[in-house]
Amino acid sequence: MSANLEEMTSEVVKRALALGASDAECTASEGAEFSVSVRKGEVEKLKEAGSKAIGLRVLIGQKQGSAYTSDLSKEGLEQMVKAAVELAHITSEDPHAGLPDPSELGKIDGDLGLFFEETALVPTDQKIDCAKRAEAAAMAADERIFNSEGAGFGSYAGQRVFANSRGFVGSYRSSTCSLSATPVAKLGEAMERDYWYSMARQFSRLESPEYIGKKAAERALRRLGARKVDTQKAPIIFDTTVARSLLDHIFEAASGDSIYRKSSFLVDKLGQTVASAKLTLVDDATLPATFGACPFDDEGVPSRRTSILEKGVLKNYLLNTYTARKLGMKTTGNASRGLCGAPSISHGNLLLEPGELTQEEIFKKVGRGLFVTELIGFGVNMVTGDYSRGAAGLWIEGGEPAFPVSEITIAGNLNQMLMDIAYVGNDLEFRGSVNSPTLVIGEMTISGQ
Amino acid sequence: MGLSESFFAQKFGISSTDLERYLAEALSRGGDYADLYFEYVSTSSLGLEESILKSATQGVTLGVGVRVITGERTGYAYSDDLGSEKIMQAARVAACISSGPASIVKTPLESTGKRDLYPILTSPNEASLMERVALVRRADECARSADPRVFQVQVSYADQLKHVLVAASDGTISFDRQPLARMNVSVLAREGEGVPQNGYHGGGGRVELSWFQKEHPPEYFAKEAVRQALVQLEAVDAPAGETTVVLGPGWPGILLHEAVGHGLEADFNRKGVSAFSNRIGQLVASPLCTIVDDGTIANRRGSLNVDDEGSPTQSNVLIENGILRGYLTDKLSAKVTGGKSTGSGRRESYQAIPMPRMTNTFMLAGESDPDEIVRSVKKGVYCTTFGGGQVDITSGNFVFSASESYLIEDGKITKPLRGATLIGNGPEAMRHVSMVGNDLKLDEGVGVCGKEGQSVPVGVGIPTIKIDKMTVGGTA
Repeated sequence: MSANLEEMTSEVVKRALALGASDAECTASEGAEFSVSVRKGEVEKLKEAGSKAIGLRVLIGQKQGSAYTSDLSKEGLEQMVKAAVELAHITSEDPHAGLPDPSELGKIDGDLGLFFEETALVPTDQKIDCAKRAEAAAMAADERIFNSEGAGFGSYAGQRVFANSRGFVGSYRSSTCSLSATPVAKLGEAMERDYWYSMARQFSRLESPEYIGKKAAERALRRLGARKVDTQKAPIIFDTTVARSLLDHIFEAASGDSIYRKSSFLVDKLGQTVASAKLTLVDDATLPATFGACPFDDEGVPSRRTSILEKGVLKNYLLNTYTARKLGMKTTGNASRGLCGAPSISHGNLLLEPGELTQEEIFKKVGRGLFVTELIGFGVNMVTGDYSRGAAGLWIEGGEPAFPVSEITIAGNLNQMLMDIAYVGNDLEFRGSVNSPTLVIGEMTISGQ
Repeated sequence: MGLSESFFAQKFGISSTDLERYLAEALSRGGDYADLYFEYVSTSSLGLEESILKSATQGVTLGVGVRVITGERTGYAYSDDLGSEKIMQAARVAACISSGPASIVKTPLESTGKRDLYPILTSPNEASLMERVALVRRADECARSADPRVFQVQVSYADQLKHVLVAASDGTISFDRQPLARMNVSVLAREGEGVPQNGYHGGGGRVELSWFQKEHPPEYFAKEAVRQALVQLEAVDAPAGETTVVLGPGWPGILLHEAVGHGLEADFNRKGVSAFSNRIGQLVASPLCTIVDDGTIANRRGSLNVDDEGSPTQSNVLIENGILRGYLTDKLSAKVTGGKSTGSGRRESYQAIPMPRMTNTFMLAGESDPDEIVRSVKKGVYCTTFGGGQVDITSGNFVFSASESYLIEDGKITKPLRGATLIGNGPEAMRHVSMVGNDLKLDEGVGVCGKEGQSVPVGVGIPTIKIDKMTVGGTA
């Protein structure tokens, strides 16, 4: 199958050149997905299927067009190539559009450990069993766990192929699987739900169903009896699961697209101190077996490690070929695309360098403040850095968790928040492609009652 | 329309014998119900930035999803190949959810849908590309010339034409041709070397291209985006804490989508995990509130002739004078609870399992004059435009982010405020509604609703309303 898809992308590139394109790149993906959800011990939904699709970007000089299709018949492909070429004729000359220079193309050698046969071979019964065990563990954890939104197991195994008219052809396979549980707890009339999950490329690396269920139950239980707190300014402790979102904001603000559009609070700040000296952040797509790793980006440029913040100083933007040319820089191998359109920018593994304190030590140091375990809503303005989101968590008093808090917001401005980092925890764990230790911001506004 | 005139019969030669054979295979191991969802979507999109038409894309996706329901269990498989052997294979995989003797498919399949809410001769997707390019260029030119403080303009336009066929073992078959188009303008403005501010506006629906040429021309969206950015240049910090909130008409209806709508989806309620579970007949909102979800409004973004399970959409009363009347139900939840589908079964694509979803959700107009509502507030916040929102249906807590709002002081709208999130608890917030205006307005057609990873287009609407107490997440 692999050879077929590589051949197909190369053929499509050739066909585009034959129809008048001066450059072309083609990407294809195929994969098989499985998911099962169980609820109250019974299978609720079970889905299993495979699919393939292909996308093409062509340039005629510096005009570009693109097309995609899931119809991989001869006619379907021909129609796609014709559409892309026709569209390139109607777009405008863009002086910075183009494929990477041939000297920039390449891939990381060796096996990055992204695909594990064992993940693809787990029998359906075993997957169902994992989900049932996770849910059962959650339900058994405490009598206040009275209901369940279920537990789920999902897996995916697939292949990504990329070819361009400058001689690059490459492909890689990847696998992932995940297990999660979402129990519901009750106290009087009030209900609270929470979840826990584990995700791995290798089935045997998943956290155990019993651990996931128990942890999900603990998280739901500790929310029971949540109340609002008074409106005030206070230190905010971001648990690892929500501290990640702050890294996402830094990533978005440091992406070449936001920089050249001047739609980021980090515009024109390269080389400047934009955050506390406690923050050192890298993007690393070269770490074997991680979620953010890949041998080459979606323009055929090798993946790499790029420093974003070094002791609070903004060291690099994350770029693809287009944004690099717009800014007079070199691509950092962060091109990302779906099947259609021009590349945008994505990260590999975003990792914040851990500090020395455990979460308990942080609670002690902070003394009194809000420990945030959930954020909801989209109230972040990347242009100005204004930040205002719904939050839930635990109130910390005397250095210890005192009571659960919900229906409040936390607000500030990312420029100030990043400068005002009081502590960085030592608890960095790999749970996805964005990973942060516990983070404390010295002061933000809490809106409550 | 009969099957023989349908898109899938004409393009792929699918016959009723084929459909019955696939359904029989899906029920070959038993089960209460099976359906086939055929989908063919062509899309196009344009992106203009720095006055350069930088991107133009077209695409095609097609496939069929096969679903089998047995009790509360669902088996699902799909194929992106409409060849008979591939569909039979998907049917066999979906069938594995059940284990028993085969069930019977009701034949002949009879057509369910007869109306046409978007009787469109030429969908935007089939119109000339150059006409669509001209629209985005007009928006760009208008935004740039509207004010010298505007320094960045992005215009995007996207449309799609979706053909669907749903055939089910309950003997129903339906066809639909669903056009959808949308234009967005986003601008950045700044005063001298000050901090830039953004403004954004967009709209569309299940409309012909002429809608963008007559009713809502590109200049309309461009001017509105510029206006919002300029307002933000003057904005001061929003207050922090509980205050009185007045929502303007239209898009602020997103409040209902988050605070009420999701919590009334039948899947959550039959499982008892929603803050609204087991509360039919109870007072869950101020008696001034009557809230409906209506999928039958002509040309709206959230409307459908038939839902994605082949049931005709309806106008569903959710809350009447404050009393909870009903949930939004798909075929599965209806079967489990002994009710009828409310035409609310929707899915993102042939790769996804349908579930209860909203269409166009809004509150009916009340009797108050909108000006009188603002005048009645001594101190509070007046919100006219929102970004996204989110809800935790179990606790009932929801948020939505105000992108354009103003301070109300002594009954007058005064200073514009910087963006802030509003937070509340669904059933509680709705009880604090103390005035409802006579100016119901629906949004302009940009809504996207996400649930369990599936996105579908929706609409919202609301008249001006006053909520006596709500938490505003500012910093002042």
